[in-house]
Amino acid sequence: MTMTATPTPLARLGRVMVDRPLVPLIGLLILLVAILAILNPGVLSMFWAGNTLKIAIPLAMLAACQTLTMLTGGIDLSVGTAATIAAYLTATLAPLIGVPPAIAVALAAAVVIGLVNGFGIAICRVHPLIMTLGTALIATGCLLVYQRYVIATGVLIPEALLWLGTGRTWGLPNSLVLFIPFAALVIWAQRRSGFGRLLYAIGANEAAARLSGVRVWQVHLTLYTLSSLIAGVTGLLYLGQIKTASLSLALPLDLPSVAAAVIGGTSIFGGRGGYGGTIVGALILTVLTSMLTLMQIPEGGRRILFGLIILAVTALFIRLTERS
Amino acid sequence: MPDAPSDAVLDATGVAKRFGAVQALKNASLQVGAGQVVALMGANGAGKSTFVKILTGVLKPDAGHVRIRGRDSTVSNPAGARKWGLVPVYQEPSLIPDLSVADNLRLGDTAMAPFRHWVSELGLPDLDPDALIRSLPLASLRIVDLARALAIEPDVLLLDELTAALPTDLVERVLRVVRAQADAGRSVIYISHRFTEIAAICDRATVLRDGLTVGDVKIEPGIEERIVEMMLGGSVAAAVTEGRTARPLAAAPPRLSVKGLKTGTRLTDVSFDLHRGEVLGVVALEGQGQDELFDTLAGNRKASAGTVEVDGSPRTFSHPADAIAAGLTLVPGDRAHALLMSRSVRENIAIPLLARFRNWGAIRMGEEAAKVAHAIETLQIDTRAQGEVRRLSGGNQQKVTIARWIAKGVQTLLLFDPTRGIDIRTKRQIYSLVRDLADQGAAVLFYTSELAEVRLACDRAVVIFNGRVVDVIDAKDADEATLMRAAYGLTGKVPA
Repeated sequence: MTMTATPTPLARLGRVMVDRPLVPLIGLLILLVAILAILNPGVLSMFWAGNTLKIAIPLAMLAACQTLTMLTGGIDLSVGTAATIAAYLTATLAPLIGVPPAIAVALAAAVVIGLVNGFGIAICRVHPLIMTLGTALIATGCLLVYQRYVIATGVLIPEALLWLGTGRTWGLPNSLVLFIPFAALVIWAQRRSGFGRLLYAIGANEAAARLSGVRVWQVHLTLYTLSSLIAGVTGLLYLGQIKTASLSLALPLDLPSVAAAVIGGTSIFGGRGGYGGTIVGALILTVLTSMLTLMQIPEGGRRILFGLIILAVTALFIRLTERS
Repeated sequence: MPDAPSDAVLDATGVAKRFGAVQALKNASLQVGAGQVVALMGANGAGKSTFVKILTGVLKPDAGHVRIRGRDSTVSNPAGARKWGLVPVYQEPSLIPDLSVADNLRLGDTAMAPFRHWVSELGLPDLDPDALIRSLPLASLRIVDLARALAIEPDVLLLDELTAALPTDLVERVLRVVRAQADAGRSVIYISHRFTEIAAICDRATVLRDGLTVGDVKIEPGIEERIVEMMLGGSVAAAVTEGRTARPLAAAPPRLSVKGLKTGTRLTDVSFDLHRGEVLGVVALEGQGQDELFDTLAGNRKASAGTVEVDGSPRTFSHPADAIAAGLTLVPGDRAHALLMSRSVRENIAIPLLARFRNWGAIRMGEEAAKVAHAIETLQIDTRAQGEVRRLSGGNQQKVTIARWIAKGVQTLLLFDPTRGIDIRTKRQIYSLVRDLADQGAAVLFYTSELAEVRLACDRAVVIFNGRVVDVIDAKDADEATLMRAAYGLTGKVPA
């Protein structure tokens, strides 16, 4: 793709996707919804829309962790674990010590995971992929130990979380009460806060950021701690939605959260992207899942198709947008 | 120009090469006979490295021919050059770090026995062939690279700055071996900034200037001055631009006082004072320690000895943020190290404003916009493509790297070759900007690879050779010949 030659239609599409990433993404989302409506006439309803939003929100929140870390060229594969641990601790501790202390302990545990990630990545310079996977493994081990020694008193899912996770108001999920301010804050912070700008700067050129006086380790430590905190909050929301405390509650969301960010136009190499696209990416994935479910394909086939579609869409987006 | 030896082993004639708008080589020639060591010389930007790349087949010439033993070069890559009889040894060793010495030899199809012979001849008899390349010190790597080249028994050996950063005892051995090669009838092209080495082993010197071969002289006592003149050519007369008279220095303690600074192998002992309102030039040939000096002052590298005082109080920098806090801000030589290529002009200029923890919160957008606009205005940056810095021209990119520190507020500006590779109009804007900054009380350290710039932009210049300050020259005396002589470690001042 040279600058002088007339751009091919594909190159032009790539350009649009870099400059206005939301436009083609929303187009794709509408296309998917249309296909769904054709395959299953009558499926579209207010209830369906509310349900899709409800399912997409925890995914979109975990994908915020991926978006923020990917902006610096990193990734956080411990978000599913952090969310699961926060949910499990809340549900099992609430009957023992009461709801607010249980939530405090749960979020503190998530923050510890983030601090360990941040320490390894910022100070020891371990690659984020390895560091967060390693931390996730250790944390899961700790959870198993905890489960053997502490459980007995049963499980209590706090009312407030049930309201937030499953309740609806005027057909819309109550989780929007949490998600709308959250999304607004992330989108504001990525452009209008010093911290957000530094994420882009580090992802675009870490050496240049350093030469400009940025202590990169401070940013990494804060970022990974924040990421785990977001994951912990998501775990609480997810607990209210799924209504059971399991040892693998949010683990299946790990890879879809990465996929949502990538489909949403955030570069895995850092320096480019944003949360707006990620939210649409999460919606696309959710609609895709419900499409495959409604097509009544057996579980195995559905997973294979889901994986293939994620890979195809991601490869296409990267091909169109990553120019040297 | 004396006639080329008719029995030239290597004969390059009329070589020309253009890169876009830049004519890097116009008419370069080089002849090397059997049993000769010929020095290839030229100031920065004379086209030396382009010429070397053409000789070794990395680049194809637009015009002219290169012949070895009368055969036309059909070389299209370095491996081809080797088959054809020319083997280069570069300043950066071309060895794979994660393989052992022996594996590297195997990769290059080089026999072990002659290699061993040359390694011990060159002063490293104990070299372990199973040692990983990455575990060896740089000096040993140079020896390994040279021994490998010798083991191939090439017709023509091309040595590019081979002795830079070698310890003296090894230099002596290397020079002896290179000379012995020539005495045994082979041909050597020797590239070096060091006149003492050239005097010791070379038979002739071919001098390049502005892409032309301007001279081919026999090496004899006193030839250094002539070579310097040839490298400068008419440019001495051309640079009649008025030299600045040195400004009276403030009585206050110097803004920046550097004493006995040392780091790595290249920067051995540098001291100077830089005052408010002063532009201090730094003149040095490539690799004399100036990169390390700027990196150390910017907090990007630690000094192993010496002190840095800012406004009279000693400082140590363990991170660029420390240097910035002390008012020392760097514009690095390579723009790619300074810029966020995929981000906007505004974001690039604003990072230092946000770098510190206390500025991580909400950005005061109005204030930031005003500072950025002021910096863009001061530097006259063309902002038509401001969405992504990568889409700007080289000159505008360079302006962005400087604008960043204008927005932050300049106290001591460290400019490393800020005008390299940019157009003359932008260069002039940068000189006058530097002048204005100094007049407003800033202190500027200005390394330049273009000697003529010292008179245009500086008050004084320190000349660094071999990691030390060898001379301090007032701008009014800083004609190119004087600077060049000093930069080559020859006697500093011109005899009156």
